[in-house]
Amino acid sequence: MRVSRWTTAIYLGPAVLVMAAACLYPVLTAFQLAGFKWEMGTPWDSAQWVGLDNFAAAFGNEQVWSSLWTTLLFAGVCVAAEMVLGIALALALEHPVRGMAIFRTIFILPMMIAPIAVGLAWRYMFDAQFGLINAVLGLFNIKAMTWLADPTLAFVAIVIADIWQWTPFVFIMMLAALASVDGAVMEAARIDGANWWQQIFLVKLPMVMHVIAITLMMRLIDAFRVLEVVYVLTFGGPGNSTEILALHIYKTAFVGQQMGVAAAVSVLLLVVVAGLSWAALRLSNPMKDDA
Amino acid sequence: MKRALSVVVVHYFMLTVLALMCLAPIAVIFATSLRQQVQIFSEPLNFLFTPTLENYRAVLQEDKLDVYLKNSLIVGVISTLITLVIGCMAAYGLARFRFFGRTTLAYTTLLLRTVPLAVLAIPVFVIWNQWNLVNSLWGLILLYVAVNLPFTIWLLYGFVLQVPVELEEAAAIDGCGPLRVFTSVFLPLMAPGLAAASIFTFRIAWNEFILALVLTDRHTRTLPVAASLFITDMGVDWGKVMAMGSLIAIPPLIFTFVAARQIIGGLTAGAVKG
Repeated sequence: MRVSRWTTAIYLGPAVLVMAAACLYPVLTAFQLAGFKWEMGTPWDSAQWVGLDNFAAAFGNEQVWSSLWTTLLFAGVCVAAEMVLGIALALALEHPVRGMAIFRTIFILPMMIAPIAVGLAWRYMFDAQFGLINAVLGLFNIKAMTWLADPTLAFVAIVIADIWQWTPFVFIMMLAALASVDGAVMEAARIDGANWWQQIFLVKLPMVMHVIAITLMMRLIDAFRVLEVVYVLTFGGPGNSTEILALHIYKTAFVGQQMGVAAAVSVLLLVVVAGLSWAALRLSNPMKDDA
Repeated sequence: MKRALSVVVVHYFMLTVLALMCLAPIAVIFATSLRQQVQIFSEPLNFLFTPTLENYRAVLQEDKLDVYLKNSLIVGVISTLITLVIGCMAAYGLARFRFFGRTTLAYTTLLLRTVPLAVLAIPVFVIWNQWNLVNSLWGLILLYVAVNLPFTIWLLYGFVLQVPVELEEAAAIDGCGPLRVFTSVFLPLMAPGLAAASIFTFRIAWNEFILALVLTDRHTRTLPVAASLFITDMGVDWGKVMAMGSLIAIPPLIFTFVAARQIIGGLTAGAVKG
């Protein structure tokens, strides 16, 4: 549809204005902040231009690298587990059954409630003295573990919480994708003598590869953005064994009060996420021109 | 194809186990909120306790949670309304109009959707200080509108494409101006899309923590921030904290049970159909 410039401006103007002022401008400012030394609580005019010093400080810091490694490990382990579990469950349970709507509703609950509440629930359940998990393990004569006080177990704990929260997402996406697979194709594969393994891995999964790829990208992007559950569950500890980048940025800025250095690290996280997002857009652009 | 009874039974059994796994941590939040502190510490596996509303009374009356509840509601409702109005207009414009810079705008919008909120928190804290928006609910509302717009536009864009443009053209030929076409012909057909978008937007605004933590003080705090402050190194008053967790969890739970279809449609939109 061709319309006057004014009509376009009226429809798109407000949204563009708000996104530009409160989202795009702050993101660009993050780059600028990374070049300054600024004390929180002092006027911005007193900030000093320090060039690349903040980047030097950030990348010279052992903790940033260990934090990046923790983030990569966290995203890798969580997303891999969620994809495998979600796809396997969807393949096992794709046959439509009565009452599925209720189950589906229950499955989306973990991703609908606040990450803060999720963090609280798991923190309580992982508690060493009176947590549910140790109590249940105790029934099997497994001795109580200090989940959140042990570096490895704390990492396992945040991974478990994320898997609990997001496997249902992969499951629901895959159920929708599998439902769109043409029954006739599977019928043909069966008649041609494909065995169960071949039907799944050579026919069915390749047909939904597109959805698998998009789901994977969405999960990866979100895994790098995780912050709130870890904030409540471990706050990065013990030591900095669960300090993912997003949390490291928050702590550097608002606990350590080094805004410039934090901005420099956030540029790093932004680049990682932007790269993933770009790849996701290449896979599927929901706003293609000819739509 | 008819399936053997045993297969169906196994199917339901697996679904039930998964459902229980999804529900258990949520049930723990509610169950703990109804317990007395003594019981919480002594017997974690005793589910036959006498429920008490004492924790709710304590947080609402002693800890000013009523104020934070009100803040959360104001921020959630107002930012959702604004996001829907300007997001719907933008989605319509993007889907229907051809103009210079359209592709760039679409791409930028999609990329903004994935900015980590921790990255946003630092510059926003500096800028909001300059604009005097810190510690004000409006500052939070503006931010949530901006953060929610990319996803809302993206979601509604798909719904706009499903409304036949011929309907609008027919109305235009019959003498409707562009505004009339938008409000009387187009909007009523968008109701399902708007319902889905409002749930996603409200959920983010209601649940969001890190930006609210950085941008609010003790008068403008939202519920998630208030709850987080109850976790201290000195130990956690679990009964009270879980009462807050329950209050935070209730609205999204209600929305999910009322509109699960729309939510799932929104989650899978684009990826599965496109």
